[in-house]
Amino acid sequence: MQSAVNLWPLLGVAVVTLGFLLRANPVLVVAAACGVTGLAAAMPIVALLESLGTAFVKTRNLPLILLLPLAAIGLLERFGLRERAQTAIAKVRSATAGRLLIVYLFARETSAAVGLTSLGGQASMVRPLVAPMAEAAAETQYGSLPDPLRHRIRAMAAATDNVGLFFGEDIFVAFGAIVLMQTILQAEGIAVDPLHMALWGIPTAITAFIIHAWNLRRLDAHIRREMGKA
Amino acid sequence: MITLDHFYILVGLLFAFVAVMNLRDASNPRRYSTALFWGLYALLYLAGERLPPSVAGALMIAMALVAGFKGVAAGTARTLPEPERRASSERLGNRLFIPALLLPVVTMLCATVFKDVHIGGMLVLDDKHQTLVSLGCASVVAVAAACWLTRSTPLQGMREARRLVDAMSWAVVLPHMLAVLGLLFSEAGVGKAVAHMTTSYINMDSRFIAVAVFCIGMALFTIVMGNGFAAFPVMAGGVGIPVLVGVYGANPAVMAAIGMFSAYCGTLMTPMAANFNIVPAALLELPDKNAVIRAQIPTALPLLGANVLLLYFLMNQP
Repeated sequence: MQSAVNLWPLLGVAVVTLGFLLRANPVLVVAAACGVTGLAAAMPIVALLESLGTAFVKTRNLPLILLLPLAAIGLLERFGLRERAQTAIAKVRSATAGRLLIVYLFARETSAAVGLTSLGGQASMVRPLVAPMAEAAAETQYGSLPDPLRHRIRAMAAATDNVGLFFGEDIFVAFGAIVLMQTILQAEGIAVDPLHMALWGIPTAITAFIIHAWNLRRLDAHIRREMGKA
Repeated sequence: MITLDHFYILVGLLFAFVAVMNLRDASNPRRYSTALFWGLYALLYLAGERLPPSVAGALMIAMALVAGFKGVAAGTARTLPEPERRASSERLGNRLFIPALLLPVVTMLCATVFKDVHIGGMLVLDDKHQTLVSLGCASVVAVAAACWLTRSTPLQGMREARRLVDAMSWAVVLPHMLAVLGLLFSEAGVGKAVAHMTTSYINMDSRFIAVAVFCIGMALFTIVMGNGFAAFPVMAGGVGIPVLVGVYGANPAVMAAIGMFSAYCGTLMTPMAANFNIVPAALLELPDKNAVIRAQIPTALPLLGANVLLLYFLMNQP
């Protein structure tokens, strides 16, 4: 019974872990892991290349969400979109980086929860608008920021988009994850109402909002401390 | 009908443009290998399914080797000088937001209002990939609006897209390659092996330990695979259904919902979910590629703990 499971393919996982820990170039790590996994599963080279190629062509849709908005965003940046976003936020006296991101978190999570997952995104919202606005809010308060602090604010902006998206979209009934869960449970002979799964996601969604909002307030405190020292 | 294939061609042309621009750019220290990298990617987008699978696989490996041995570089970015950009920002004012907001708004309209529109008995938008096709249409509309507003040309838009692609460098292809690795992992049976490891070496006689193994296993598995959708079937099949539902009588809806959210906690902590974690770091020009993950860990870990407690206390709710 135990011997029925082949544990060799786990070598591929080991390669990935080791590669990321050693901070090797991730693209190279992935290629190496593909090779090792294929060998461990005793796939001939041509079969391995074929399954890599099929998978690569099949997943071409994945980078589109990042690539499609680039031309419009790049063009607007050239003519001063980021500067404009910063001027606009500087007029709001009560704005801080943390508060601004809490508002964005709320908007992102609730809009994703009603299925509007495209009202955000790293390329279309965070880079051109959210991150520059958060930086500008801190700059209006304290003046020019040192680079590490600036980078931290940007990273938090990206994190806020992710947290809002992940924990909002899963309480939308028609989202892929709910469909996937329903299919898998059905295969095991368990019938579940998608609406129930969506509802039982709400406690976690609220907890996620509270925890991340708390971390965003800590970001404000961190900025205050750092800039107070200078 | 507008399908995903149209946007594959568009993106393929963009990469071909990036390749040619880099080839002709003397300020790029590695212009030949950079052009080769983006040229291969363009070929994969343009030729796509017409390539024999083994050739596509070999091209992917070639790209990985070029990128892995530092073959991908960028030329000096040509942006408007700072004062000129400030002046244009003043002149255009809040109108600059219009094309930027057209992106989400048009995407949403396409995905809701126009999704059922037929012309001559044919759907206008491909319904199988609705979100991406909608985003694609919105992007074209936004470029048109941006060109009109700033009086520039779509060619300038391509140049700006090249500047951003150059800045992100090989991080652009990382999510794509990781997705391939994920598919290879499931083909080679990595999921079964991990489930076997977790279920056969941990004693799940206590209800709390069983809940903790389920939630933490979900997160760990997602960290390894980079995708909650890959973790869910394995952990639900290995622990969720037989132990939590079968032995402890959990409500399957609660088990599934909180289980999937535990997997998402893993997504926040792994470089394997590159499109959420590594690409944004490149997009925001952060020197530390793990900066976004670092920012997410203080949210992900407490939330994972909260999920264990929520599942423990809620799982027997009807």
